[in-house]
This record gives sequence, structure tokens and C-alpha cells, in this order.
Amino acid sequence: MIQLDYVDREKSTQTIPVVCMHCDSPTCAEVCPADAIKKTEDGIVQTARKPRCIACNNCVLACPFGVPKMSTSASLMMKCDMCYDRTSVGLKPMCASVCPSQALAFGTREEMAKLRPNAKAVNTFQFGGQMIKTKVNLMVPKATMQELVDVTAAMHVPTIGHNVLDDIFDGGGEG
Amino acid sequence: MTSGISSEPGTPSQTVPPDRASRENQPRWRKDFPIDWAEADYVSRRDLIKYVVLTSGAFAVGQAYIVWKTLQAKAQSLYPRSLIAGLEELPVGGAKTFTYPEGSTPRLLVRTGPEEFVAYDQQCTHLQCPVVPKVSEGKIHCPCHNGWFDLKTGAPTAGPPRRPLPRVLLDVQGQAVYAVGVESKTL
Repeated sequence: MIQLDYVDREKSTQTIPVVCMHCDSPTCAEVCPADAIKKTEDGIVQTARKPRCIACNNCVLACPFGVPKMSTSASLMMKCDMCYDRTSVGLKPMCASVCPSQALAFGTREEMAKLRPNAKAVNTFQFGGQMIKTKVNLMVPKATMQELVDVTAAMHVPTIGHNVLDDIFDGGGEG
Repeated sequence: MTSGISSEPGTPSQTVPPDRASRENQPRWRKDFPIDWAEADYVSRRDLIKYVVLTSGAFAVGQAYIVWKTLQAKAQSLYPRSLIAGLEELPVGGAKTFTYPEGSTPRLLVRTGPEEFVAYDQQCTHLQCPVVPKVSEGKIHCPCHNGWFDLKTGAPTAGPPRRPLPRVLLDVQGQAVYAVGVESKTL
């Protein structure tokens, strides 16, 4: 069972990294009318090519993971590309290298396996009729029988999480 | 630390079509607009326009440079003033060949009147045959293909030549004829 939690942007300062999943069949690139989104040989889906991007927002609306962001000032879609300029020369991505508590970490598969001995990696996601395999993996408990994450089905399961309230003078939430 | 990006097992880096069918069974537009960078050799319209504008700009600059260089060369004359004939050397209607400047193709000097001289390149502008002056008719004749030029101006009047004969500019002073320049026209 996969539980989804939602960030209450209005009340919470909680943030979530929107990391590109680098799909084997990138929906953003599939819907791009300008042929601007390309995937390099190492499987990294890149930010839209500046000479081609027409800032139509199709990719922003289409991506099931909500990764592409439109930079209106630059008329260019920019997305997480694993900080390709850094990772392609052996540096860590910016988000992982600046995170003070290492909530975001960047390492090899072996290092991750050592950190999460009871978890296995799943990289298949189901969005209704659309099945997507991604280069980025999700760590799920080893015991689970699930081989894929049915995201849209999980959306209808009521959350069991608590309300995260940052206003400590508010008297706390219900749970 | 070595390169952070590596091909991981089980995740193909090549793009898979959404229907997960084989690449051969895909519509043709997928081959024209591939998502994989390595296969994308399509030149975008903006790239093409940039290329065309910059290339034609470079051509325009090159043309401007050629014009500038020609004007520069004209300004500093390559042609010295040199004596080519005495006034009494030629009778009226007579002609002689000379070279000007030194080492040029043969030029033709014609005395058309007591004080009037004209000089042209001796090569026909059609296929470089030597031309023959016909002073009584006021023409220059090329016997090879029956080409005719006007004796006064060097302009082609009949036959295959289309360009005027290059004209040698003359200066008659006292008893001598001097060449002072060459005027080549293309039309």
C-alpha cells in the first residue's frame, strides 16, 4: 500500500523536491509540439532546447509527476535535469550538495542499498491507462508484493497522515 | 568521485514509445522527430534562419570588402606615366602596338586625327584574338568571329563580343604621347 501525503501550501512551509523521474517514454517530450525536449544517451531528459521551446506549457500540463516548470520571463520550460552540467562531470546535483541535513542525498546504487537494507527499488508507475518506467527509482519495503506504484488508485485511498501545521500558536490540528 | 551518471541495469536509456511496441511498428513521424538526442539531426527553423542570415551577412561583408579593396587600389594608381610614342612616329590612321604597364598584354595605339589618339587592349573581349583597327570606317575589327568595336569608345557594336575593349588613357603633350592609366569596363 502506497500512501500519498499532500503539502498544504497555504499553511505549511514544508517543501518537496520535484525531481525529474527521467521516464523511458517521457510524456513531456511526447506532447512537445516544437520537438524541444530531448533525452541524452545516458537517459537524462533535458530542459527544453532554448532555440526551439515556444513556451506553450504543454509539457507542464502533461507530465504525470508535475516536473516541468515554465519560466515565463525566459519563455523556456526548465526542469530538473539532475543538474546535468554538474553530474556529467562527476559533481553532485545542487539540491543534494546544499541540503544541510542530507535529506536530499546523491550517491551510487550500492550506497543507497547500504542505507536502506530493507527496501527495494521500484521504477514502474501506473497512471490510469498509462504505464511508465522511470530511470529514477522509488524505495519500497522489501516485503511488499508490489512491483509497480499505481498512483491514481492510491489517490483515492484516504490519507492516514496528520495535519502538519507550522503555526504553533494555532492550538494544533485535529490529529 | 567518478562520473555520477551511469547507465543502470534494467532502465533502457533509449526512449520507448508510449504503446511499448517495437520501433519498427511506430508511425513514421516518430523517426522524423526522435526524442533521443543522438538521433535528432533535424535542423530547427530558427537554427536555419540564423545560419542563413549569418552566412548571407558574411557574403555581404565579403562583397563590401572587395569593393573597398577595388576603390583602394584605384586610389593609389598602379599605372605610371610612360612615353609610348612620338607624335611624328605615326601617320594619321596609323597604328602601333605597345605594352603598358610593362609586361601587360599587347595594347593598340591608333592615331585617328592630327591630335587625336586612342589606345585599347589588343585582345578581343570575346576570345582574346588580336583586333585590327579599321580607321577609315571608324571601327575595330576582330577577324576571328567577325566582331566589331567602335573606334572612338571601344564599345562592341556587332558580333560576339559583349564587353568594351579596355581603354588606355592617353595624354598628348607636345611631340609625345603618354599613357597614364587603364580603364576596364565590364559593360
